[in-house]
Amino acid sequence: MLTHLPVLVVLAPLLAAPVASLMRGAFAPWVVATLVSWFSLVCSLLLLAQVGEQGVIVYNMGGWEAPWGIEYRIDFANALLLVLITGMASVVMPYARLSVRQEIGEERSPMFYAAMLLLILGLCGMTATGDAFNIFVFLEISSLATYTLLAMGKDRRALTSSFSYLVMGTIGGTFYLIGVGFLYVMTGTLNIVDLAERLPALSDSATVRTGFAFIVTGICLKLALFPLHLWLPNAYTFAPSAVTALIGATATKVAVYVLVRMIFTMFGVEFSFVEIPLSYVLVPLAVVGLLSASSVSIMQLNIKRMLAYSSVAQISYIILGIGMGTAMGLTAALLHVFNHGIMKAALFMSLGAVAYRMGGVELKDMNGLAKTMPLTFWAFVIGGLSLIGVPLTVGFVSKWHLILAALELGWWPVVVVILVGSILALIYIGRVVEAGFFKEPADNTRREAPAGLLIPLWILVIANIWLGIDTRLTVDIAEAAAAQLMAGGVVL
Amino acid sequence: MNDHLILRVVGKFLIPYVMLFGLYVQFHGDFGPGGGFQAGAIFACGFVIHTLLFGSRSTEQIVSIGFLRVISALGVLVYAGVGVASLLLGGEFLNYNVLAADPITGQHIGIIVVEFGVGLTVASTITLLLMIFAERGLPS
Repeated sequence: MLTHLPVLVVLAPLLAAPVASLMRGAFAPWVVATLVSWFSLVCSLLLLAQVGEQGVIVYNMGGWEAPWGIEYRIDFANALLLVLITGMASVVMPYARLSVRQEIGEERSPMFYAAMLLLILGLCGMTATGDAFNIFVFLEISSLATYTLLAMGKDRRALTSSFSYLVMGTIGGTFYLIGVGFLYVMTGTLNIVDLAERLPALSDSATVRTGFAFIVTGICLKLALFPLHLWLPNAYTFAPSAVTALIGATATKVAVYVLVRMIFTMFGVEFSFVEIPLSYVLVPLAVVGLLSASSVSIMQLNIKRMLAYSSVAQISYIILGIGMGTAMGLTAALLHVFNHGIMKAALFMSLGAVAYRMGGVELKDMNGLAKTMPLTFWAFVIGGLSLIGVPLTVGFVSKWHLILAALELGWWPVVVVILVGSILALIYIGRVVEAGFFKEPADNTRREAPAGLLIPLWILVIANIWLGIDTRLTVDIAEAAAAQLMAGGVVL
Repeated sequence: MNDHLILRVVGKFLIPYVMLFGLYVQFHGDFGPGGGFQAGAIFACGFVIHTLLFGSRSTEQIVSIGFLRVISALGVLVYAGVGVASLLLGGEFLNYNVLAADPITGQHIGIIVVEFGVGLTVASTITLLLMIFAERGLPS
């Protein structure tokens, strides 16, 4: 069965989603969703090991060889992403049981877990596939599941935030599709490797360049690059806690992966960074986005919203790394994709635990949390330190590599911007820490979150520290992935 | 629509033919134009016409919402089940060649079953969407 791993990652949630939707009550679908997430994680880890041993793995769907059929093509970059998606799902699912029981209720639980599984299916599919149109199909699956999940929030504003994301997300998806359509007209193929072989000869064509513009803009909408990020803060703020944790950790990251796949593998570094000076677009937007989103998050009173703006800022770091167009920048970007996933999931999950006990995540709800909910609050503090980029956390590792990449190019102002971004993060996390440690709680009784929420949360917190100290795993894989991506799509 | 006598009579007359045409598009799909998605949409039109003419209450006596939900999930399982069967028989996911001794027969079996699953899901989902929206307007 080991040769079928690329499809098993995607197949397991596909089978489980309809089964979960037919179940009754909250417990049975939860068990299915959790077990399937763990199964997919095992598959992803095995895949990562296989890529390490054998290099790129190709899987032909239905036995049809590419470029006629759809192939799944796993290299280090998507193996890493698959581990991130399924890993986050594997911690968020156990966490979801209590949180969902309170926020969503028993009646809608089967559909909730079915939608979560469809989301995982879509994200894994986008990551695993080597076909540009297939990416669009999975993008739509994951997006539709996301709209449903976002709308399930308790607050009625969840409906409007989900709707505005639906509009923006559909525009993004359509732009991507139009771009792929242009490329198909020019080349007659949809397979990414095949496209990568044919596009260099057509690089002067206006159609290909327009297609490139559509694809990049469409994906940047999905990954919430400044100034296309306006859907994100509301969507994250009003969604159920478990959904915010999973989406915040994975959905935008998969969009980043697709962007990387397009500009490095499909169009190639030569086209994206020399013929079309993409750096001049991505780097300024990333710098402005980083500073403005960080500044805006300092002013937020709702902590979930604060973290949502911080996500926009962190995405900007990733785009900054990609915009450098060098192997080091790409390494830093991929590292931050993975590391930001871990830290943001930990932060959103600790906020979910606060919401579970306090009923809200306003700044005033954080008062005195160090006394009333110490374990939850320390998890938030460690996640926050990681977000700032304090040594011995994952946040430091990726920012360090980003700074190294900027220094390699001699971009001193960018280094300053990265450091200023960290200081701004220190300010917005600091406000919450101050409230938690030094303000008096309204009610002094101890009410730690239940173990069902704390155990998954602390697994992530420990991962934040572990991978911050033992950087061999993530850095080596990110470097190998960047080397593969820089070589373009033609390499086997 | 109680006053639209012509619509009701013609509608009643047309519904069986609409559904029959849906089935034709479904099962003729591997020889001619057609397939599960189109067939499902056409087949569901039968229910849509019925709902528009006689109200969602009377349609629900024919197919209940719970039943439609089961069918819509079942269609996905049929589709994925073919893939699993081909995996278990030693081929790639959705490789129909291994479904029968002869690859061509295997391709026929595979595509018909897969498209049947697609048809089930599309037909039941379209009807389900309409009925859930129609229910909202009714006094409970």
